[in-house]
Amino acid sequence: MTRAPAGFFGGAWRVTARNLVVWRTFAGASALGNFGEPLLYLVALGYGLGRVVPQLGGMSYAEFIAPGLIVSTAMYTATFEGTFGSYTRLSTQGTFDAILATPITPTELVAGEILWGGLKAAFGAAAVLLVIALFGLVPSWYALLTIPLGLFAGILFMAMALVITGVSHSYESFNYYFTLVVAPMFLFSGIFFPLEEMPLWVNGASNVLPLTHVVALSRGLVRGTIGATDLGWHLGAMLAFGVMASVVSTRLLTRRLRS
Amino acid sequence: MSQPNASRPVAEAAVAVVAEGLVKRYGELVAVAGIDLRIRRGECFGFLGANGAGKTTTMRMVQAVSEPSGGTLRVLGLDPVRDGKQVRARLGVCAQEDNLDPDLTVIQNLLVYGSYFPQPRATTRQRAEELLAFVALEEKRDRHLRELSGGMKRRLMIARALMNDPELIVLDEPTTGLDPAARHLIWQKLRELAARGVTMLLTTHYMDEAERLCNRLVIMDRGRILAEDAPRALIGQHVGHEVVELRVPEVEEGEVLAGLDLEGITSERVGDIRVFFFERQSAAADRLVGRARSVDVACLVRNATLEDVFLKLTGRELNE
Repeated sequence: MTRAPAGFFGGAWRVTARNLVVWRTFAGASALGNFGEPLLYLVALGYGLGRVVPQLGGMSYAEFIAPGLIVSTAMYTATFEGTFGSYTRLSTQGTFDAILATPITPTELVAGEILWGGLKAAFGAAAVLLVIALFGLVPSWYALLTIPLGLFAGILFMAMALVITGVSHSYESFNYYFTLVVAPMFLFSGIFFPLEEMPLWVNGASNVLPLTHVVALSRGLVRGTIGATDLGWHLGAMLAFGVMASVVSTRLLTRRLRS
Repeated sequence: MSQPNASRPVAEAAVAVVAEGLVKRYGELVAVAGIDLRIRRGECFGFLGANGAGKTTTMRMVQAVSEPSGGTLRVLGLDPVRDGKQVRARLGVCAQEDNLDPDLTVIQNLLVYGSYFPQPRATTRQRAEELLAFVALEEKRDRHLRELSGGMKRRLMIARALMNDPELIVLDEPTTGLDPAARHLIWQKLRELAARGVTMLLTTHYMDEAERLCNRLVIMDRGRILAEDAPRALIGQHVGHEVVELRVPEVEEGEVLAGLDLEGITSERVGDIRVFFFERQSAAADRLVGRARSVDVACLVRNATLEDVFLKLTGRELNE
């Protein structure tokens, strides 16, 4: 009757699947968040500010910012999920306690959460891609690859958010993360202005922001202009950030969950 | 999964939980200070103790979610540290706090939880429907959690704990905060489980609950076990048969009790009440009650309960 408990990926997937089931019941509100905010940026900045901004490297301003909005949505989706969402499951709702009373291990649980952040971010990225395509801002079929890019970005930003959740004891502490890390990343990762035209040190420094690499990839894919060198460099940087954040968040959370 | 080191194979098969010198430390704090347990399969075993006595910590070690700091522990013949997954696969847990999924419906709560266990989906689905009937929540099947009362939520917690058809079920204060009707319904369900041969570990603050449900129990205080036995045996052994409470201030006590032969009768003072414990119905008890009536002192005669044992062993001061 009793079968052997599922392996690592089976265990992680069950945690992801639990979040999917919950998400389905809230998909409406979630989709509104996905479409709504990037749409506002696109209209207000792309078409509002864009009237007074000259062409940037052969692109209208709306065309310039649109690819960044795909991945900034992935970032925000995963970040909200990994902070407020996961913290709720960790503390107030006791969801993690309930799960850990089953064969699921703490490491599987964290992996399942991280994967879930990736999936949710990919849905968000797909939604925004659809919107900007309807606005006629997507010239290349390579743009479809921004959906898996959103998945990887979501995994990266979910893992980063879980580092913060691992050391947080209240919702208030997320304000620091959003104000000091997430918002600067949103503004200074090359979504709204070309980093290449900044002073060299600014351009160099922007490389420490994980989102910079994701934006560069997204723009290259949507335009269909990405080269192999850039692809390797930016994906490598994402991978490095992602692995670091995954290891640290897993350590912090498993220690906390096992005590 | 088999244990090469099973030196007592026959005894092992009949025992659900064995602990020897079990210790749990959190930094400086010693939550469990070296306890021995031997819980038989099929019995309902109770843990009584104030908050902070170490009950929940002990439970968490048995559940294979918290690693012991010292001593040995075996659950269903397995080492919960090394074989945590296997132990948890065979255990049911009903936690102290409501940790149901508030975003899901009643049936979804059972199905999602069942998915965490290594069992076929069809089994999970069938069991979910059966358990809904078992805890009388069929009519709430597709309702959201917010529409459930406290008692219904606790019943759902119990149903959820049974989704993997566990051999051992751990219940941490299963009726705390429920109204009397809801408590009685839960007790009824737990007795039905006991009758099916499920081993149960139960923590509770309620002595009547422990007396009703437990075959044997331990009284814990500050991480140690103070006493272990069947409820009636504990009462007989520690407080006797009958209790008489007199409401008399300490200064007037000598006067009221003058000339009564109460030698060998244990008693204790609790605020403005003096409590006497009699081993059996005795002439001394009758004389005491007679005196109290004649001098018009408020007097209560009752059977000894587990609560008397508990208070006698753990003291009446708050530990917090």
